[in-house]
Amino acid sequence: MPLSSRHLLGLHGVPKEDIQLILDTANTFKEVLARPIKKVPTLQGKTIVNLFYESSTRTRISFELAEKRLSADTINFSLSSSSVKKGESLKDTVKNIEAMKIDMIVIRHSAAGTPFYLTKIADANIINAGDGTHEHPTQALLDMYSIREKLGKLEGLKVCIVGDISHSRVALSNIFGLKTMGVKVSVCGPSTMIPRQIEELGVDVIYNIDEAIQENDILNVLRIQLERKAGENFPSLREYAKYFGITRERLDKNGKEILILHPGPINRGVEISSEVADGSDQIILDQVTNGVAIRMAVLYLLGTLN
Amino acid sequence: MNESFKIVDKLGLDRILTRIAHEILEKNKGSQNLVLIGMRTRGEFLAKRIHEKIKLIDNVDLPIGVLDVTLYRDDFRTRMKQPEVSVSDITFDINEKDVILIDDVLYTGRTVRSALNALMDFGRPSSIQLSILVDRGHRELPIRADYVGKNIPTSQNQEVKVKMEEIDGEDAIYNIDFNNK
Amino acid sequence: MEIILNDINLFHPKQKLNEKNTSVLLEDGVISKIGNLKPNDFEEAEVFEFAGKYVVPGFFDMHVHFREPGREDEETIVTGCNAAANGGFTGVACMPNTQPAIDSAETINFIKGQAQSHLVDVYPIAAATVGREGEVLSPMAELFEAGAVGFSDDGVAIKSASILRKVLEYSQMYDLPVIEHCEDYTLAGGAMNEGLNSTLLGLPPIPSVAEDLIVSRDIQMAEYTGGKVHIAHISTKNAVQLVREAKAKGLKVTAEVTPHHFSLIDDTIKTYDTNFKMNPPLRTQEDVDAIIEGLKDGTLDCIASDHAPHSIEEKEEEFQSAPNGILGLETEIGLTFSELFHKKILELKGIVEKLSINPRRILNIPVPKFDVGQVANFTILDTDVVWTVDAKKFKSKSKNSPFDKKLLTGRAVAVINNRKMFYNNGFINI
Repeated sequence: MPLSSRHLLGLHGVPKEDIQLILDTANTFKEVLARPIKKVPTLQGKTIVNLFYESSTRTRISFELAEKRLSADTINFSLSSSSVKKGESLKDTVKNIEAMKIDMIVIRHSAAGTPFYLTKIADANIINAGDGTHEHPTQALLDMYSIREKLGKLEGLKVCIVGDISHSRVALSNIFGLKTMGVKVSVCGPSTMIPRQIEELGVDVIYNIDEAIQENDILNVLRIQLERKAGENFPSLREYAKYFGITRERLDKNGKEILILHPGPINRGVEISSEVADGSDQIILDQVTNGVAIRMAVLYLLGTLN
Repeated sequence: MNESFKIVDKLGLDRILTRIAHEILEKNKGSQNLVLIGMRTRGEFLAKRIHEKIKLIDNVDLPIGVLDVTLYRDDFRTRMKQPEVSVSDITFDINEKDVILIDDVLYTGRTVRSALNALMDFGRPSSIQLSILVDRGHRELPIRADYVGKNIPTSQNQEVKVKMEEIDGEDAIYNIDFNNK
Repeated sequence: MEIILNDINLFHPKQKLNEKNTSVLLEDGVISKIGNLKPNDFEEAEVFEFAGKYVVPGFFDMHVHFREPGREDEETIVTGCNAAANGGFTGVACMPNTQPAIDSAETINFIKGQAQSHLVDVYPIAAATVGREGEVLSPMAELFEAGAVGFSDDGVAIKSASILRKVLEYSQMYDLPVIEHCEDYTLAGGAMNEGLNSTLLGLPPIPSVAEDLIVSRDIQMAEYTGGKVHIAHISTKNAVQLVREAKAKGLKVTAEVTPHHFSLIDDTIKTYDTNFKMNPPLRTQEDVDAIIEGLKDGTLDCIASDHAPHSIEEKEEEFQSAPNGILGLETEIGLTFSELFHKKILELKGIVEKLSINPRRILNIPVPKFDVGQVANFTILDTDVVWTVDAKKFKSKSKNSPFDKKLLTGRAVAVINNRKMFYNNGFINI
């Protein structure tokens, strides 16, 4: 049974079978990544364009490695902005690229809904690598894969996403994906960073980080965006670190085993202390490795569809 | 209506595998440098049985692995269904080893071609020798087996099916006629 | 030239007129006879058969954006008037967010000049502050003299309470309304209504309280100064309630609502179609229900489209960066009848009040009369015809409407004004 869509735009509404298939297929590719020659000829002859309108080194590199290890040809487009006033329109850029006969587009953009828009103007398979504050499906998939790899299952676990939920596509995709897989999801952060009506998505809201630690098996710790004016959403990084930061003392105080995830890049000393970031509760680097395997799985499943 | 004829039964299969095990040891003058790699799915079980037989004969536990060649197939664009991938499991080094590649049926030779490419990505073996249970002819690529269980010449509207207890519930080799009405 | 409108229902709530199956004789566009036509009249005149359709005082849309001067690629005064006529309107009030803004008598004269020989009357709303920047009062007396019928910084609210106060005090001298786009600028900038949908779609939100805060501010300022405030394109439940309370206190507060705000909710944005992006944004069912209630009990005085043409390339941008606004003139009557008349929210009397009488009253423009000797200013309505919207056939220069291909019930079949008639897709001199 192939995936039910020829695109990966997000995890909202994606059936459990599809997520299951992607996670299982990633096993194959994780094994490939353990070989001395980390390459298979599966997508030979396919051309994949990484259309990155928002700067992002790590996600782009992860996709690029996944593409190259599947023997596809990759092209990188990094642009700084999109609107008509500042240059060529997105529509024209995409149509021009397609005219060069490419097969798949991996798109990252600061405007929500851009990947959906691309499916209307392009024939290529579209993969969302992050659209504004909307979704980042491959991140959530690799997060779920990492949890499953470490704990052996997903269903019945309790995950809490910690941080600036209202501006996080990682949070939203994780909420959709985890809930589909039968995980109990909660969010934790200062109330200025929790979107209104988020409970209607079926998640609990916690404002106290100790409570979040006590009640959950896994914490997915989000990066506090330094780019946003700190004084407007919360008083200061210092205050955030003191009341929401994950530190060794805080974990020890609550005295329980808990798995720590982080999508990276980490702000050491803010949302997570160096000690925890380098310690044994976290699987942050595993997430990075798994990211390539997951992206290979997604590219394989979409790229070999007829 | 398809007609099936059982041409080899459980006992017959066992005798074939015993002979192949002896042939492998004979040709390689022992088991010093050998590794066994079975191709998913039934090749895996055949490899395990050959492994047991070699253990009985020579009292040696050869390294044994499983190879999934889905990622190396040459027919993605033409297939109706997207093939399901599985995991290879080769935890030992194959550099400078004599690899005995084991599968159930040899037909066009394309699957073996995929397997050769896959094995090259795991290392550089001294040799790759092909052990096959049934050769049904109609090669499309220049591939030949080193060890053959049974030669069963077939026509285009026939098929040879190998069944193994581990997943099919019985040991047998069937010849199937597709009668086109 | 003499024409007869035969077999019509003359309907004028203000004059308490409801004559069924009558006829009207017009001579050079002036009402010559009402009813009791003789066979002799029929011989001389060109007869238009209307088979029982309603003739009401010409509809007036008090909130449209004609993009001239500045963005003639999107709409000109002439194409906008054509759209108005096609939509069933004989008069419009156009907003000042042109380039340059309508903050000088010259611009007003230019606009009136462009509309001079058209069937549709164009009444400019002038900017309240120079350039609509909210800092310096515009030359309001001169603008009034040149023909402005109201003041607004539409597109934004008048930025500071202190300037709003001055605008309300000054405009009182000429009994002119101040029309406010109510939105707190520090909460502005989002792309859709704040709620579950904005989270699901990942779009930056506009909280409904941004509108409520300024509605409240403006009502209190109207009370304090004694000026006239008109709330443009009202969209939230709380805002409707605030206007209701202001009216109960006898304050000079009026309000208008757009057809899209009583027909659509924010669920429609799921496909990131920019034809559903406007400001104020589409809200929730609760808000729509409150608006319907407000139309029923008279809290909301009129319906106005906020007709906002935009070029194709600008609307083809990503949702977040696309400009706000949709067309309205050519779907307004259809939506009003489909959603309000046929759903028994308003009767014909209520509709004529909200689309013809009240907008003019608020702007101090005389309501057309159905009396012998008056220049005919009519909208002729088929209240029951079912028709499919076809944006390609719009007279507007732009095509940004979310209602394309929608089935509506009710439309204007003709309009008459300024000695011209728009009928069967063309203008005739009469």
